Order: sequence, then structure tokens, then C-alpha cells
Amino acid sequence: MDFILEPWPWWVAGPVIALIMALLLLFGANFGMSSNLRTVCTMVGGEKFSDFFELDWKAQGWNLAIVIGAIIGGYITVTFLSSGETVDLNPQTVESLQSLGFENAGGTMVPLEIFGQNALTSIKGVLILLIGGFLVGFGSRYAGGCTSGHAISGLSDLQVPSLIAVIGFFIGGLVMTHFMLPNIF
Amino acid sequence: MKYAKFVIIGIIFGIIMAKAELISWFRIYEMFRFESFHMYGVIGSAVILGILFVQIIKRTGAKDISGQEISINPKKMGVTRYLLGGIIFGLGWALAGACPGPMFVLVGYGYYSILIVILGAILGTFAYGLLRNKLPH
Repeated sequence: MDFILEPWPWWVAGPVIALIMALLLLFGANFGMSSNLRTVCTMVGGEKFSDFFELDWKAQGWNLAIVIGAIIGGYITVTFLSSGETVDLNPQTVESLQSLGFENAGGTMVPLEIFGQNALTSIKGVLILLIGGFLVGFGSRYAGGCTSGHAISGLSDLQVPSLIAVIGFFIGGLVMTHFMLPNIF
Repeated sequence: MKYAKFVIIGIIFGIIMAKAELISWFRIYEMFRFESFHMYGVIGSAVILGILFVQIIKRTGAKDISGQEISINPKKMGVTRYLLGGIIFGLGWALAGACPGPMFVLVGYGYYSILIVILGAILGTFAYGLLRNKLPH
């Protein structure tokens, strides 16, 4: 049973994600996680500010149910299905992170320099989280989808706009990783 | 309980995202440095199998459980919004190390500071709603 507690390889995760997408299609739904962010805007009264948020959020209930499941899934994993949090990174990755000042690269699921309690005590730390999220939210709605809607659903349907969006994802990610992160940390 | 099956799908999604370390900021960083095959293997195998599933659905004319023809929302053709929106998304993806799925999984995983990222993502979505008519699409 050890393999359950170990990290799972890509050839388990990829096919399961494809199955989830196909299952949602059979249930009359479309795989797309960022839509939930728009639904939340509608639920808190966003339609007063923009017609973009005029939608029947109850019709999106199924997608919010997936969000609740995803949170439960994270909890189940860390509570019952893990023997530790170590992420087995490429030594070169670890080295480059050390040079940026990350002390325990791969020792936890996410870096404590960004997500730990201490990061929340500085304005810079809070801004990194807030701006990172802002860009994800703004960009995914501008592009009409995120990793699940474009990279998985859209590419599976061979849609050209999704390919353009995924190319954009990578341009942005490469610029942040190679040119901006070294100046932020 | 029409939502029960979606909660179960969400749980499976959350477990797979966490167990395959797709919720790890480090894995995103490593991916953008091309120092691991892991993330490419996940996305690549999901897409290849996804293409197969979608083709089977289309060629057999399969219906969903309510008897409707299955379709994936077709995206209107264009370049500007997908490229610019994609780049903005990518900047945030590499900074926060999480896209909209993993954000929620990380809440359950116990890293509550991700709630600030989620708040930022909601604000970003709201800002797009306000600015939408002024942006090139």
C-alpha cells in the first residue's frame, strides 16, 4: 500500500484528469475551474457594477460543488494519503531556488517563504499573494479560461483559441520565472 | 442530491492534484525552467487522452445524461484576448504557483495563506468585469 502514500506519477494524474473532463461532459457540464471566480463575483452582488456578472449563479451550482469537493480532496490527501510533504525536485531547481534565498526548496508542498506565517507579516509577502491571484483571476477571464478550460478542455477539442491562450500562459510563466522572480526574491 | 456526483468528482480532482504535486508552487517553477518532465507528462497525457475521448464522443454522437448532444463550449476565434489574457494569467500562475483548481485544493491541504491568492483572483475577475468594454478582444 506504500504507493498510495508516495507521490503519484504523471501517468496516473494525466489520464485521471482526462477522465474527469470526459465524465463532466457526460454529466452535461464543461470542465473549467476559473468560472467559479466569476460566479462568486455574481453571488456577492457584482451585477450592480458590470453586466458581465449578470448570470444565474444557481445554474453554476454544479461547479461550486466541484470546488467544495476539491477542498475536501486536499484535506483527505494531507490527512490520510500522505507520508510526508517532500517534493522531489531536480537538484538544479533546488540550487536555483537556494540562490534566490529559498531555504528548504522541496521540503514542503509550497515554499514557506511565500505561504508560511512569516510571509503574511510583511506587506511585500501579502502583495505577492494578492497580486499573483489578481493576475490569475484577471488573465483567466480575459483569456476566457484557465488551465482546465483551455489547456485541458479546449486543447482536447482541438480549438485554436485555446492553443493561443496556452502559448500565452507559457510566455507569461517564462517571463515571471526567468526575469521577474529573480528580482522579487 | 443532484450535486453529489459533482462533489465526488471534485474530491477525486482534489486528491489527484495533491497526490501528483500539481498544487506545488515548486513544481510550477520547475516546469517553467524545463527541469522536469512531470508537469508536461501530466498535461500532455491528459490532452492526448482527452482528444481521444472527445473524438469518440463526437463520432458516436454520444448524449449526456439529460439526453442533450455533448459539446465543448466553442471559443470565438481571435488572437488578442487569448494571447494577452494568457500572458497575464501566466505571470500570475508562475508568481502564485497555483491556477484556479489548485488554489482550492490548497485550502483543504491546510495552507490558509492561499485564501489571499483566492481573494486576489476574485478581485482580478471583478476588475476584468469592470474593464471588459475598454479592453481589446
